[in-house]
Amino acid sequence: MTQTHAPVLTQDGRPLKASLARALRRDKLRAFLLIAPLLAFVLLTFAAPIADMLFRSVENGIVADTLPRTVAALEGWEPATGELPDEPVYAALVEDLKEAVAAKTHTRLGTRLNYELSGMSSLFRKAGRSVQKIEGDDVKAQMIAEDAGWGDIQVWSTVKRLSPRYTPSYFLAAVDAKQTEAGVAFLPERERIYLMLFGRTLSMSIVITLACLVLGYPVAFLLAHLPLRTSNLLMILVLLPFWTSLLVRTSAWKVLLQQQGVINDILVWIGLIGDNARLVMMNNQTGTIIAMTHILLPFMILPLYSVMKTISPSYVRAAKSLGANDWTAFWRVYFPQSVPGIGAGAVLVFILAIGYYITPELVGGTSGIFISNRIAFHISSSLNWGLAAALGTLLLLAVMILFVVYDKIVGIDNVKLG
Amino acid sequence: MKIVKTLLASAAMAATATSAFAVDLTIVSWGGAYSASQNNAYHKPFMEMRKDVTIINDESSNEAVAKLRAMSEAGNITWDIVDVEGPDSQRLCDEGLAMEIDFDEWLAPAPDGSPATKDFGDSLINACFIPQIVFSTTFGYRTDVAAWNGATPTSLCDIFDLEKFPGKRSLEKRPKKNVEWALLCDGVTKDELYDVLSTPAGVERALAKLDTIKKDVIWWSAGAETPQRLADGEAVIGSTYNGRLFSVIVEQKQPVAMLWDWQVFDFDGWIIPAGVSEDKLPLIKEYIRFATDTQRLADQAKFISYGPARASSQPLVGQHAELGIDMAPHMPTNPANQTNYLVNNIEWWADHQDDVEATFQAWLAR
Repeated sequence: MTQTHAPVLTQDGRPLKASLARALRRDKLRAFLLIAPLLAFVLLTFAAPIADMLFRSVENGIVADTLPRTVAALEGWEPATGELPDEPVYAALVEDLKEAVAAKTHTRLGTRLNYELSGMSSLFRKAGRSVQKIEGDDVKAQMIAEDAGWGDIQVWSTVKRLSPRYTPSYFLAAVDAKQTEAGVAFLPERERIYLMLFGRTLSMSIVITLACLVLGYPVAFLLAHLPLRTSNLLMILVLLPFWTSLLVRTSAWKVLLQQQGVINDILVWIGLIGDNARLVMMNNQTGTIIAMTHILLPFMILPLYSVMKTISPSYVRAAKSLGANDWTAFWRVYFPQSVPGIGAGAVLVFILAIGYYITPELVGGTSGIFISNRIAFHISSSLNWGLAAALGTLLLLAVMILFVVYDKIVGIDNVKLG
Repeated sequence: MKIVKTLLASAAMAATATSAFAVDLTIVSWGGAYSASQNNAYHKPFMEMRKDVTIINDESSNEAVAKLRAMSEAGNITWDIVDVEGPDSQRLCDEGLAMEIDFDEWLAPAPDGSPATKDFGDSLINACFIPQIVFSTTFGYRTDVAAWNGATPTSLCDIFDLEKFPGKRSLEKRPKKNVEWALLCDGVTKDELYDVLSTPAGVERALAKLDTIKKDVIWWSAGAETPQRLADGEAVIGSTYNGRLFSVIVEQKQPVAMLWDWQVFDFDGWIIPAGVSEDKLPLIKEYIRFATDTQRLADQAKFISYGPARASSQPLVGQHAELGIDMAPHMPTNPANQTNYLVNNIEWWADHQDDVEATFQAWLAR
């Protein structure tokens, strides 16, 4: 008997396989159209601005756009020779500056270059006022006569170094380094700050995560095992602060922790400490850790609770009936089943902590602030958006690397929110 | 296509139609007692006069430069008038983000007829800035500290005297002003100040002086923190803006007093963002002319202890609007408070802020 593999046909005579694929495709398209508005919204208002902000960390069109002729003229000049650029370069600079002054872009360029070499800002601002006077031949001598800065080889090498449209200089600054004539070098010790802040942000976030775990685990355990009526009441006690404004909770901690605050007053009143030996619990790392642990605690308790709720009590009963004592039953049987909740809670708390800003700003003093406080400073006060973007990119990378490491060690499928 | 055109046309009509009846004027300022004083002295009387105008208060002046830059990059200016400090106005003017003003055309002359440029005098620090007030950053201290044995600080350098005046200090978490004060108390004269600071050793010297009190300093980043700490007893001496201290001392009657020695002066005033719409300009001009005339500037001083920027307003400074006390002794411009004073060198800070800031922050973290 021979058998042919005739394709199975649907009623309208099409091959079943094709028909099925078509139906699936239509389903997928419909599903996609349903989420399309959300996707467009997220891309437009979330992904695109972030991408744009991250792009600023390497973008450096300002020199080439403001001084196009000078950049071209500087091409043949090498700072290593130790000679100042020739007359044509100065002539090109004067022409560029005249245009820049009309468009008022010269001060912005000065600000940008000032990040690399202090004094550039006022050099460009003064040049903006004096450049109209420069005419005729021997522009070089006239420029140097107006401001000796133009006779400084460092000024020119800075301009040349920053001529390319893309620059690593913000990233170097974000790790306390700087480009010099001799290559990349670390800043002098007294100016290094960012690596230390990254380290502090990571280590304090770990401490806060651990503190949340230690405090949150018993609470979640209790919530999951009490009768529903009691546990609901307790749950409200967890959720109520969670619904209160972050700012209010942080300010409350200020009232509690300060040296003339409630806790110190009570300690003095019961005679545990002297009035002149009040504890310093705020404006330092202690304050940040206490307040942030309190604020992030619900993010640990809730995933833990929802995982513990699903652990069947019969396993622990079975372990006990087989002769395990309470501790063994908990540690060998119950605890491993709650690990997905620990994973979820720890990842959630850690990632939230690493980007925290308001609480460290209010109770952190100087030793308890995070890298995000510096990012905010550069966004809204110093206006060095490039550096802020570079710091933000590094922070994002750090989170991603930690996430991958976590996935390798614990496994991301072990994370469960319920 | 036709539908789009119709829609656009009707939208445009709607826009012009509303502007004929009611106009919004968005004014950006600092919030708190300061905005309240502007509201009482300028906004309310102006809206009384022009019933069709609604003034919208925006309290984002502390981020004004960043936001104006962002707005200009996005090509969408949503602010009409912005209140900024002198150094910020310089920056905005240099970058072309603030409009250049023809002062004598825009501003009302003094009552005696002398032109505005003469009346405002030195307070016109650049071509874009319409000054309102002179304020200062200075020190307040608690008057009931038992450990001081009845002594009170009389000079700036008492800040650095932990033996005579023990207790926590509240200082700004920025190098500006702090390094100047430190050097002044380390024996540098006012004239040499910025020459000394220009050398790296000068900054180190200032930080070394600050090191002597570092363990007793709580650092602030918002002007309201020092008054709150003084009121709580959390700090015994602290720097902040004089108007904030005035409200703690006079309005809230806390046991706090002022130390005017080496107060640092600054101006505060209006700028008009460059690129503001042509239609709004006449209204903006009208508001500015009204709000900066001699009487109005003197009126603001009834609500807050900041000195008016016009010479002709100063004799009109009278009593506090609610408390009825004489305001003149509380003004930073009062001759009795002006024996020692400083004006920040804006130029120097524009060049060195990044470097000094990095050094200062690293020093703080050590």
